[in-house]
Amino acid sequence: MTETNTPDVQLAAAAASDENTVTERRTRSGSSTARSVIKHILLVLAAIVMIYPLLWMVVSSFRPTAEIFRDTSLWLTTFRVENYAEGWNALNHPFSRYLWNSTIIALGSIIGNVVSCSLAAYAFARLKFKGRSILFSIMLLTLMLPIHVLIVPQYIVFAQFGWINTFWPLILPKFLATEAFFVFLMVQFIRGLPKELDEAALIDGCGHFRIFFNVILPLMVPAIATTTIFTFIWSWNDFFSALIYLTSPQMFTVPVALKGFLDSTGGSNWGAMFAMSLVSLLPVFFAFLFGQRFLIRGIATTGIK
Amino acid sequence: MSAIGELAHGERQKDESRDNKAGYIFLTPWLIGLVVITIGPMLASLYLSFTSYPLLAGPTWTGLTNYIRMFNDPRLLNSLVVTFTYVVVGVPLQLILALAIAVLLNTGMKGLAFYRSVFYLPSLMGSSVAIALLWRQMFGTTGLVNQLLQSLVVENPPGWIADPSTALGTIILLHVWTFGSPMIIFLAGLRQIPTMYYEAASVDGASKWTQFRTITLPLLSPIVFFNLVLQIIGAFQAFTQAFIVSGGTGGPADSTMFFTLYLYQQGFTNFQMGYASAMAWLLVIIIGIFTAINFAVSKYWVFYDD
Repeated sequence: MTETNTPDVQLAAAAASDENTVTERRTRSGSSTARSVIKHILLVLAAIVMIYPLLWMVVSSFRPTAEIFRDTSLWLTTFRVENYAEGWNALNHPFSRYLWNSTIIALGSIIGNVVSCSLAAYAFARLKFKGRSILFSIMLLTLMLPIHVLIVPQYIVFAQFGWINTFWPLILPKFLATEAFFVFLMVQFIRGLPKELDEAALIDGCGHFRIFFNVILPLMVPAIATTTIFTFIWSWNDFFSALIYLTSPQMFTVPVALKGFLDSTGGSNWGAMFAMSLVSLLPVFFAFLFGQRFLIRGIATTGIK
Repeated sequence: MSAIGELAHGERQKDESRDNKAGYIFLTPWLIGLVVITIGPMLASLYLSFTSYPLLAGPTWTGLTNYIRMFNDPRLLNSLVVTFTYVVVGVPLQLILALAIAVLLNTGMKGLAFYRSVFYLPSLMGSSVAIALLWRQMFGTTGLVNQLLQSLVVENPPGWIADPSTALGTIILLHVWTFGSPMIIFLAGLRQIPTMYYEAASVDGASKWTQFRTITLPLLSPIVFFNLVLQIIGAFQAFTQAFIVSGGTGGPADSTMFFTLYLYQQGFTNFQMGYASAMAWLLVIIIGIFTAINFAVSKYWVFYDD
């Protein structure tokens, strides 16, 4: 999509150099047109292979199940909207229940991550305190820790709190900056802001809290946007923790509910299953559509998914 | 700068006492999380790994029993083989594809933004249950892929997820399908390479392939390394796709029984919390060893242009 509005110098410069190389290569070598055509053909083929399953799923969500297993094309001969009504009501609760549960967890996670990670990031990026480098290294190390090593004791502790089958185990850790990726992302971002800004504020007699809230935080909007979108997508897709902590259908999130299609209908009503799968992917798609430049900048600077 | 780079180089900054208080106030949520959510449970799980702990009965110390049991558990050993295969085949395939497409896109293409979007989108959806369900249909005996193969007159198409020899392959394919995110990192890295290097090489008559080998690869090697480390760590933890594609069983014939899936079954189906904890620590050790090997070997092929 367009990158015309991005304030990101690096991307803008890169885009500009794209244009340069295009014209340079054209004037230089005669075979460049042929080469460019071959490249485009390769890329278009790759793009079709990549995207075809998704498009086919969209189309198939309007087909009767028998036809899903016959028709490999993207043309609709019958238009079966009933798949959506059936899928919506196929499980213990209407699908809106699961969408609502997922939304609450996603919103809680977003607020938690933005608040706690930005506080930690400001400390790591701007404040000089004892033990900072060792704590920073520990923070980076936790990036590599598999969730599986924590899940058993966490489960036992949360069980003692009576929090199994509640949203707390899924939301609360986010308020404690446990997603180190976002701390790292924000540290990188804050380091890129000119230090003169907070030094000037310091001279004006501002404490660190005012510098953080009045100077740094407003400038961090792009990093916060990246965090928000990634947190949304990760939390929306999260299956493992939800599968472990949520035990009764009324608490299920969308992914756990989708898994229910395999159990309850024996995985036989593919039309309904595809319809609800599509419903579950739409929020991710829109997050991608509107947040793409933040996502791309986010992974380019930190390497997160 | 990358996380890996920071870890490797460390952080040199002398301490000044004046921000101590503010520093720790800002860090409070993170510190609580570190103790309560990360380090505490880590130590607890280390302890539990030396116990027998059926969830309802409480833990009893059994020493190394769990660890010895692991090495005599054929299903566990099989799950290690499955996971290693997934990592050793899936990660390089995904990264090679990501690099190839990134290099292709970086040559000043028209429509860069469009291609980048199309290739990136699957990596945002790849970890979802919805896509795993789609895979389950596509690679079913009568699914999309076999319908296409039969229309191309393939007589006996494979059973894919129904066949122990191909089921893991379909999940590896799903991993390769999500090459978009490493591709974005490669693209960002490729843009840092000054075009004058290529211009000079062209003047000297170097072919495109020579340019790729002698300019692109060495200068991009820190980013290849970064991607490799992260993707390997991530791949060892893969769970959702194998769980959904196999309907939670790890089948057929345990051919998609990933280590994490077996851990889940031991811990949260059989509620053998001690054994599951020992398995979790084995996973930490394995990931640690792979990462250490990665760092050790990187000296011989990663080129830092300082």
